[in-house]
Amino acid sequence: MPSISEPKTATPSAKTFTAPAAGQPVVPSAPSEPEDIAFDIRDFSLWYGTNQALHGISIRIPARRVTAIIGPSGCGKSTFLRALNRMHELTPGTRLNGSLRLFGEDLYGSHVEPTVVRRRVGMVFQKSNPFPTLSIKENVLVGLRLNGVSDRSVLQRRLEESLRLAALWDEVKDVLDRPGVSLSGGQQQRLCIARALAVQPEVLLMDEPCSALDPLATAKIEELIQTLRENFTVVIVTHNMQQAARASDRTAFFYMGNLVEYDNTSKMFTNPGNPQTEAYVSGRFG
Amino acid sequence: MPDAVALSSPFAPSPARERWRRAKSAGMTVVLCLCAVAVMAPLFLVVYFLVRQGASSLDWNFFTQLPKPAGESGGGMANAIVGTITLLAMAATVGVPIGVLGGIYLAEYGSEGANVWIRFAADVLNGVPSIIWGMVVYLLLVVPFKTFSAYAGGVALGLMMIPLVMRTTEEVLVLVPQSYREAALALGIARWKVIVIIVLRTALKGVVTGVLVALARVAGETAPLLFTALGNNFWNRSLSEPISALPLQIFAYAISPYDDWHRQAWAGALVLMAMILGLNILVRLLSNWRNNQ
Repeated sequence: MPSISEPKTATPSAKTFTAPAAGQPVVPSAPSEPEDIAFDIRDFSLWYGTNQALHGISIRIPARRVTAIIGPSGCGKSTFLRALNRMHELTPGTRLNGSLRLFGEDLYGSHVEPTVVRRRVGMVFQKSNPFPTLSIKENVLVGLRLNGVSDRSVLQRRLEESLRLAALWDEVKDVLDRPGVSLSGGQQQRLCIARALAVQPEVLLMDEPCSALDPLATAKIEELIQTLRENFTVVIVTHNMQQAARASDRTAFFYMGNLVEYDNTSKMFTNPGNPQTEAYVSGRFG
Repeated sequence: MPDAVALSSPFAPSPARERWRRAKSAGMTVVLCLCAVAVMAPLFLVVYFLVRQGASSLDWNFFTQLPKPAGESGGGMANAIVGTITLLAMAATVGVPIGVLGGIYLAEYGSEGANVWIRFAADVLNGVPSIIWGMVVYLLLVVPFKTFSAYAGGVALGLMMIPLVMRTTEEVLVLVPQSYREAALALGIARWKVIVIIVLRTALKGVVTGVLVALARVAGETAPLLFTALGNNFWNRSLSEPISALPLQIFAYAISPYDDWHRQAWAGALVLMAMILGLNILVRLLSNWRNNQ
């Protein structure tokens, strides 16, 4: 068996790995320390109608690490992220193949409810989207409340914990009843992170969470991501190469629906094994 | 010669052309103003005549007393005012749940193929002459139970509300950004809860506005009530008996030969108009409030 941190080319299902115009094999790197595997994904393909968006992706995403997914627009990285908590099922006419396991459990098993998957795998979106009719407090607690939690002491505890985790507590603790949309853009995004954390997911998916934020707000979110990795598995899609380099432990490079290369972030950005990766991270295309 | 070239250009300013252009502009402005006046004038004329003819007959008795028999002066339309409110409440009971749920289906669940037909059906129903609604409900509820009733009137008005409420609900639900649905679904919230608690709540003012518009629209309907609620000169004691309504009472009084009843009909029309205007103003306030958020 390949070691857990090895990139996908070492897995048995690597036969579909067809990086376009890629000549060199990906060089696996030695793991720095033992890791748990959060997502174990093998030969995962996805179609929108007849259009294949993902081609046989095999990847192991470590637990309690930050994994960045980079690649040019339309390369399938958002599709891949949304497949991790079955959000892509909202798009009619999708079809998939292959296996996707979270801590050993098949997320696409016939008995698995998408709502249960989404409670375990939370998501933060590109544009902050606090519910406009709810206050800051209600926004954080809505996931718990609508999933049947009504114990006031539990709700109060989760409210403070989640807002502290999202580094927002000190800024909003006196205005919890104000509308969520009254906050600034960066605060709104951290509110959305708190909302996702309140249901205590195991994994947090982030789809370009900083692309609508200014550099200061971005820095705060990146700092926050660093603290989250102590307790959560974070998978972040980003267009910002510096962000991937700064904030992630692992980086996966997607191109045209294929996983081209997946390795430790430091290696991906200093000595990538694939010429396409090198071209992309150095800004020569994409 | 550059000057000559410039003057021969079709866009060159020339005093005659400039005057003609200004005249056309002024002429069109006048035409548009007249059109605007033509749109406004009927409303003002209606209000003017209603106030002139009806205001003098409006007094406390009008709102508190039953109609008096022909020949006796005085009396009022208290039963018709209460009847109209009763019928509108029953219409809302029938029309709002079905209309709102239908709108939710169109906006959240229906496939594009099915939606085309449902929208088409709703639009056709919207255009069905109101007297036909009366005839249909007459056959469905009046003939089998052998009596005209408030129920039949309420159902007739409620059926008319359904397509209106359904289409406005659909429209405002579609306006709720997809990102709110995604955010809620990503929290592992069941889809029906997402729709009821997140989507519907976000669009609530729009839905309420649609319901009020539909109520205002059916409040003045007379034809569907002729075959169903029938009208009643006394207080309605049971909803399974005929009930009075302002439009019915106005109709009955307006075609009567008595001057006194004519005056009462004008007063009734003024009250009905004021009620509908009130609903419309409420709609306006709600929409402004919504837009200001």
